[in-house]
Amino acid sequence: MNDKQIIAKRVAQELRDGDRVNLGIGLPTLVASFLPPTLKVHFHSENGIMGMSPLPGEGFEDRNLTDAGGRPVGAMPGACAFDSASSFGMIRGGHLDVTVLGGLEVDELGRLANWMIPGKMIPGMGGAMDLVTGARRVIVAMTHNSPGGPKIVGRCTLPITSIRRVDLIVTELAVIQPTEAGLVLLETLGGASVADVVAATGARLILPASLAVHHD
Amino acid sequence: MPAQVKKTISLVHAIEMIPDGASIMVGGFMGGGSPLRLIDELVRQGKSALTLICNDTARPGFATGKLIDAGLVARVITSHIGTNPETQRRMIEGSLVVDLVPQGTLAERIRAGGFGLGGILTPTGVGTVVAEGKQHIEVDGRMFLLETALRADFALINAKRADYQGNIEYALTARNFNPLMALAGRTAIAEAEEIVPVGAISPDAVVTPGVLVHHLVARTNA
Repeated sequence: MNDKQIIAKRVAQELRDGDRVNLGIGLPTLVASFLPPTLKVHFHSENGIMGMSPLPGEGFEDRNLTDAGGRPVGAMPGACAFDSASSFGMIRGGHLDVTVLGGLEVDELGRLANWMIPGKMIPGMGGAMDLVTGARRVIVAMTHNSPGGPKIVGRCTLPITSIRRVDLIVTELAVIQPTEAGLVLLETLGGASVADVVAATGARLILPASLAVHHD
Repeated sequence: MPAQVKKTISLVHAIEMIPDGASIMVGGFMGGGSPLRLIDELVRQGKSALTLICNDTARPGFATGKLIDAGLVARVITSHIGTNPETQRRMIEGSLVVDLVPQGTLAERIRAGGFGLGGILTPTGVGTVVAEGKQHIEVDGRMFLLETALRADFALINAKRADYQGNIEYALTARNFNPLMALAGRTAIAEAEEIVPVGAISPDAVVTPGVLVHHLVARTNA
């Protein structure tokens, strides 16, 4: 498995039967392909659908049924559609169990930055600020480092997405839980040692006495 | 003509009503549910200095992206421009003012505009750059931002089906901002993929009431 697949597979294990889930564009979208077929998850998309499914096959594309990136998708039996105010009412109102989002930085306070790099990239926040503020559980799925250095840092240098502390960070090296006390290293992934993770991280990590090491 | 029939307007006349410098809300999400014929006609008539309110600027050469490409827009109020490098280029160059608004806040500001509210209180953006210069209001110990209502001179919306009275039904994810904008535009102009007899859309299935749609664009361009 490549790094992104390692991350997506581990995030998939966080989802529970019946969860209402919003997956961000990019890496988080991969999570859906690692879910066991028996697990029933309701996928929400901010453009106004609960019960989104992958496109059932070539030739079924409908420009009135897309994901938030504008790509054609399908719908599960029982799916429903609604306007943008209702869609974000579900997000802000605590009706979404989990959101999985990509990240540029997460800091020791558990704050996520993922919507702009001043002077370089200003895509806009889209639905990210509402999702991080309102979803019951926020999981950040991102590579551990960028070419520029660590993405898990003491304090975010980029504009943050929300002051809300995210619930879990999953990278190709580690599963980290932001807590009131700081960032707790829960597991290592892909055969990484604790020392590897500590060396690759730009923030202080709290190391519990027992720690799970996964080799895939 | 029976009294219950709304007079359609030609695509050309619908867009001729919009003066240079007008504010327009345009429905759609990455082009899904955008009024593509109305957008093309705005470009053909070469409007200028528009204020555009829309979820995103799609891609160059597509949907709301065409309005950016053609240089019709002086200011855009939107949640996402990441898929349109042309919007970003014009913003950096200084020929286009871009106000970025969190998507849920944008939807609620438009809803508030159409519903006669002064604004809404949202936790989204508290403690971020979005909060700068905004009034903070604490309710039950939780901090919210006051986000003011948005209205526009015109709302351009896309419907799956409209009946002869202008009652509107939407399709799946093409609904998005359309019903919110229909009420927030001082003049609402709708284009529909299908126009059907009154009664073909059940009253319970009507999302935007026909009496609130000012103009229904004819299926032909004449």
